[in-house]
Amino acid sequence: MDNDIAPQNSNEADVTDNIDEQEAAAEKLQAVADLKAEYKELAIQGLWKNNPGLVQLLGLCPLLAVTSTVTNAIGLGVATMLVLICSNVTVSAIRHWVPKEIRIPIFVLIIAAFVTCVQLLMNAYTFGIYQSLGIFLPLIVTNCAIIGRAEAYASKNPVKQSAFDGLMMGLGFAIILIILGIVREILGQGTLFDGAELLLGDWATVLRIEVMQLDSQFLLAILPPGAFIAMGFLIALKNAIDNHIKAKKVVDKDLVIERVRVNFDS
Amino acid sequence: MAFWIASSPHNHNQTKTPNLMRLVIYATLPGILAQWYFFGWGNLIHIALAMATALVCEFTVLSLRKKPISHELFDGSALLTALLLGICLPALAPWWISVIGTMFAIVIVKQLYGGLGHNPFNPAMAGYVMLLVSFPLQMTLWQPPLSLVAVDLNFTNTLTTILTGFTLEGYSVEQIRTTIDGITMATPLDTLKTNTGLGLTVLESIESPVFGDNFALGWEWINAGFLLGGIFLIFKKAIAWQTPVSFLISLFICSFIGYSISPDSSASTMFHWFSGATMLGAFFILTDPVTGATSTKGRIVVGLLAGLLVYLIRTAGGYPDGIAFAILLCNMSAPLIDQYTRPRTYGHMKGDK
Repeated sequence: MDNDIAPQNSNEADVTDNIDEQEAAAEKLQAVADLKAEYKELAIQGLWKNNPGLVQLLGLCPLLAVTSTVTNAIGLGVATMLVLICSNVTVSAIRHWVPKEIRIPIFVLIIAAFVTCVQLLMNAYTFGIYQSLGIFLPLIVTNCAIIGRAEAYASKNPVKQSAFDGLMMGLGFAIILIILGIVREILGQGTLFDGAELLLGDWATVLRIEVMQLDSQFLLAILPPGAFIAMGFLIALKNAIDNHIKAKKVVDKDLVIERVRVNFDS
Repeated sequence: MAFWIASSPHNHNQTKTPNLMRLVIYATLPGILAQWYFFGWGNLIHIALAMATALVCEFTVLSLRKKPISHELFDGSALLTALLLGICLPALAPWWISVIGTMFAIVIVKQLYGGLGHNPFNPAMAGYVMLLVSFPLQMTLWQPPLSLVAVDLNFTNTLTTILTGFTLEGYSVEQIRTTIDGITMATPLDTLKTNTGLGLTVLESIESPVFGDNFALGWEWINAGFLLGGIFLIFKKAIAWQTPVSFLISLFICSFIGYSISPDSSASTMFHWFSGATMLGAFFILTDPVTGATSTKGRIVVGLLAGLLVYLIRTAGGYPDGIAFAILLCNMSAPLIDQYTRPRTYGHMKGDK
């Protein structure tokens, strides 16, 4: 009996061990899948669904003011992205020690510190673009997209996810900047990458493309009102694509529901 | 036998949009005729170009928006917009000026906001301002009256100048604008502004031939033509008299004050009335029922504001004429003015809610 019991026990222990291991493995898998889903969600939110430029309409001031050429747009887009990643990481790393009551001033100070770093770096290495961005480089501090992400995401989530969120939001913002820059530069002066050497060094002069020969500049596209109009068209395009996808999804859903019913019956 | 019972109103107004628009288009004819007589075929060609563009744009947008095309395309509002824009353009501006301006006016200013009746800004003036801001060089190529032009500007010459920039004999626009004396001619308002900036008095400035015998050679008759058309419209009750009258009085008072303070550096009241686009703006653009104020008191306020703005822009602004800018600013403030000038409902006390 004793002999019988012992192996049984050990068997049971083995089984429970196995079950534990399986559970742990499943949990791990689940956690990895969750993390993957989280990253995917962050990417979709930053690049499309919750794009800071197109949907949240944050940081409109630099968005409209400096996108008269692609070069300026890339310069400001990269600077904003850098600041956004760094500030998200820092805010997330210190999130347990920041008192709730004074979190906003602390976030602003962190962002201001990183903007100063970026500004000094650009002053040192890309002086031309530093000059043409002018006041809008230090004004990144007041860009609501950055403090918005610090408050809404980074202050509640771990460092890695926050960094990824910063990257995706910054990328979404930069893409909108660059699209606006392309549209306005082509309409305004008929060129692309004019002045790219200011950002990328002397070799970049070959990047300059003469898209079309304009007798006179179309000043409206270069001035801020043109940016507003182009921005309106971009938002309309995004909404049109969303509506199109929605209309398609409704059809898909109907099919799915029919299948479920078949399974349920059988 | 059953009587047909209908609730009030019993007396229906038969005026429809196309009829009103057609009436306004007819009323511009005296002014256009004067413009043709003094400045040649340029504006007529621009009007034709603008009208063709307007019809094409309107058709495209209406079919994209799935609207009743036959009903809305020919209601005359797009044609009127094109006509007003064509009148405002410099006669020898290149052809793409009127095409781009009309496209902007019809597609962006009018249709994207929801079509006729929903646009917050007057399409013709918004298109004109867009052109003036975007192409300052082409939009200031004002041609002096025909009697001062050395080149024979007949129809073919004007057409080739608009299409290619040169007359058949090869004269450029700059050469056409230059008199035998070698001085480039501008509009009277422009000349006055430049000369006052140079320190000349008004009396010295108006010796320039563009001023003619009275106020402004050619321009005074164009303005008189639009005044005539405007009075015809008021007589036909197509527009309310309050807006143009208060606008002209406001401009008169402002220029009178300016003239009595420093007669050497300000133009006379009648010069302000009969030069530039004063009468066109007063009777044809400020009275736009869509973008203007709707109450009687509101119309008077809008007119007064527009007069003040025109005077300020003409004397202190960067552009020689300020009608278009003043009207856009008034369009912006019209809803607010309407809010504060609501008429009292019959039977209610003043201040009652």
